Amino acid sequence: MVESRSAWVVRQFARLPLQLLMVFIAALWLVPTFGLAMTSLMPASVISQEGWWKLFSDPSLATLDNYKAMFDNSDLVDALVTTAIIAVGNTLILVLVAALAGYAFAWLPFPGRDALFIVVIGLLVVPLQVALIPIFSLYNSTGLFDTVLGLILFHVAFGLPFGIFLLRNFFAGIPKDILESARIDGASEAWIFIRLILPLGLPAIASLAIFQFLWTWNDLLVALTFGRDVQPLTVAIFSQLRQFGTNIELIAPASFLSLAIPLAVFLAFQRYFVQGLLAGSVK
Amino acid sequence: MTVTDASVAAPAGVPDSQQDPGRWRRRATTIAFLAPALVMLCVWIVYPTIRTIIRSFFGRDGSDFVWFDNYQTLFTTDTLTKAIENNAIWVAVVPATVAAIGLIFAVLTERVSWKVGFRTVVFMPMAISMFAAGVIWHVMDEKDPQRGAVNAAIGAVKDAFGSSGVLLDAQAATPTLTGSPQQGFVLRTPLRPGQTALMGLTAIPPADVPEGAKQAAAPKPQDGAITGTVWRDFKPGGGKPGVVEPEELGIPGATVQLRDSGGSVVATTTTGDDGTFAFTDLDQGTYRAGISSKTFDEPFSGVAWLGPSLITPAVMIAYIWVWAGFAMVVLAAGLSAIPRDVLEAARTDGATEWQVFRRVTVPLLAPVLSVVFVTMIINVLKVFDIVLSVAPGSTQDDANVIALAMWRTSFSGVNDFGLGSAIAVLLFVLVIPALALNVRRFKREES
Repeated sequence: MVESRSAWVVRQFARLPLQLLMVFIAALWLVPTFGLAMTSLMPASVISQEGWWKLFSDPSLATLDNYKAMFDNSDLVDALVTTAIIAVGNTLILVLVAALAGYAFAWLPFPGRDALFIVVIGLLVVPLQVALIPIFSLYNSTGLFDTVLGLILFHVAFGLPFGIFLLRNFFAGIPKDILESARIDGASEAWIFIRLILPLGLPAIASLAIFQFLWTWNDLLVALTFGRDVQPLTVAIFSQLRQFGTNIELIAPASFLSLAIPLAVFLAFQRYFVQGLLAGSVK
Repeated sequence: MTVTDASVAAPAGVPDSQQDPGRWRRRATTIAFLAPALVMLCVWIVYPTIRTIIRSFFGRDGSDFVWFDNYQTLFTTDTLTKAIENNAIWVAVVPATVAAIGLIFAVLTERVSWKVGFRTVVFMPMAISMFAAGVIWHVMDEKDPQRGAVNAAIGAVKDAFGSSGVLLDAQAATPTLTGSPQQGFVLRTPLRPGQTALMGLTAIPPADVPEGAKQAAAPKPQDGAITGTVWRDFKPGGGKPGVVEPEELGIPGATVQLRDSGGSVVATTTTGDDGTFAFTDLDQGTYRAGISSKTFDEPFSGVAWLGPSLITPAVMIAYIWVWAGFAMVVLAAGLSAIPRDVLEAARTDGATEWQVFRRVTVPLLAPVLSVVFVTMIINVLKVFDIVLSVAPGSTQDDANVIALAMWRTSFSGVNDFGLGSAIAVLLFVLVIPALALNVRRFKREES
């Protein structure tokens, strides 16, 4: 095996330029986020004069003061709570509504089903900009404007086309025998849905939930349009951003916090995220 | 996951008889399953879309029917045509770039052992909000190289290829030295190897003397070499011009050039901390020494990424940074679906790696590439948050895109719902081809 080992060494060595290139690219992709994290650790007095790499030459500068200040800022704490409620709440509702419809499209025959499903697919690409103005008027007249519920319902509706599409396709792949035998045994559709479809469809449901959670946690446009006092993090940061440069010591930690949570969710559930992405775009 | 023909699941041959007691129950069940989704889709998507189309033919407050006036305004107002123009540039540049980068990364990761790690890193920005990504790049793109990482990197590269001086107002002190900071200075006296060159400068504010400057040293003659000193020929209370005296500082880092009698540069060097320099191993002959204008370059003050002319490319870079991971992951999945033996067969037939890539991989990946491309076109048409957070308020007009124009026209103080609706309809019309493609692809897969 000596020969193959030396061959291995030679091969690795030949790949050195490629390895270096890949390391360089990876660094290129990491540096921006890393830079924001470092910026958020810099004292307010230094931030306006020095770049974050100053922390390398003077690590004693690093401080958590900005984070302390942020958590003393009740607007930002409220915004964090609001973001969490919107993201979790709308994800739960979406998963339920989309799963019900996905099951109907996959396993409950009814006239015009295929045509209706094609309409749902068509709705996939409708830009939400076309809904902003009418919904703005609707929310103003129904009292849903500037409420968490209004934001949640909007997010659910625009998550539905993708949700139904993803879950219907996955549910349709569940072996027919399982459902048939349950039906022959006299199980109700509700029982089948809760006891068979939801557990068997869990991978797709997880993908959908992660997608929707990230998408709504990260939303700016919807919250900016239908909220005033109800502000998720992105909107709160946006209002700080209008005076950019003077208060980056607040923007940097808030932005980092706002991306740390979706990043953690992504890293924990990467597999489902990628599966959902592939199912949504390739299939 | 395979999509089975769901209609097979229908209880085959159920007679359509009035007697069937289960029929209405089944109908009711189906409706109960579907109703929540359909109601929401109608109220929040279908109805508003129709409403927006109608609204776009009405004026600002919605009471007067204005025919196509809003559309005319849309295509004749400067900020709005700028938005359309920018979006066209986006569509032309970004999807192709993202697909190309994704393809390169997908192919490259196949060849390293840590491909999972690499993909995670490049894919990570996908989890971050467009808005936060914009904040990240806003920080990166600050103009001051002291604070903006991009400009700091450019500055570092520039410095590595030539030091930049700051002696903008310097003047010659040595009588035989002529020139200006813009053109550089030249010593009029011809020099032979073994002689020395004294090049004194004045009018340099103490703060501009480069860091690390030491007491200037008078040049020592050396056989076969021309030595010399560049220094700040001034000391409090006067001093003698053209003579190196105590308390006068050398100018480190100055670029000194040596020209032959024909005028072409034969050697270049930089001065040390005490301002001295030496050209050694010279052939016999006469030379002229001079200080290159490089020494007096303005210091690198940073590229104005967030300024009006570069703001759109700056936002695009941030956007590509986010989406490259998406393209990479989708294309990598497509790559892994290509049968190994097809590639091996091509290699056995003597194809080079490049030929395999061009003639086999890319054609086999074409369907996946087109999916990435179409998805990116839709995304790019809707680009919004990242423009808002990368571009400072002052250059948002220059970075304007359709979705941003729609929002600013409708909600950001202007509140023209008629024009805003027209912009939204334009956006809708632009994604319709993608919508048609989606439907067609679905129908093909189902059949």
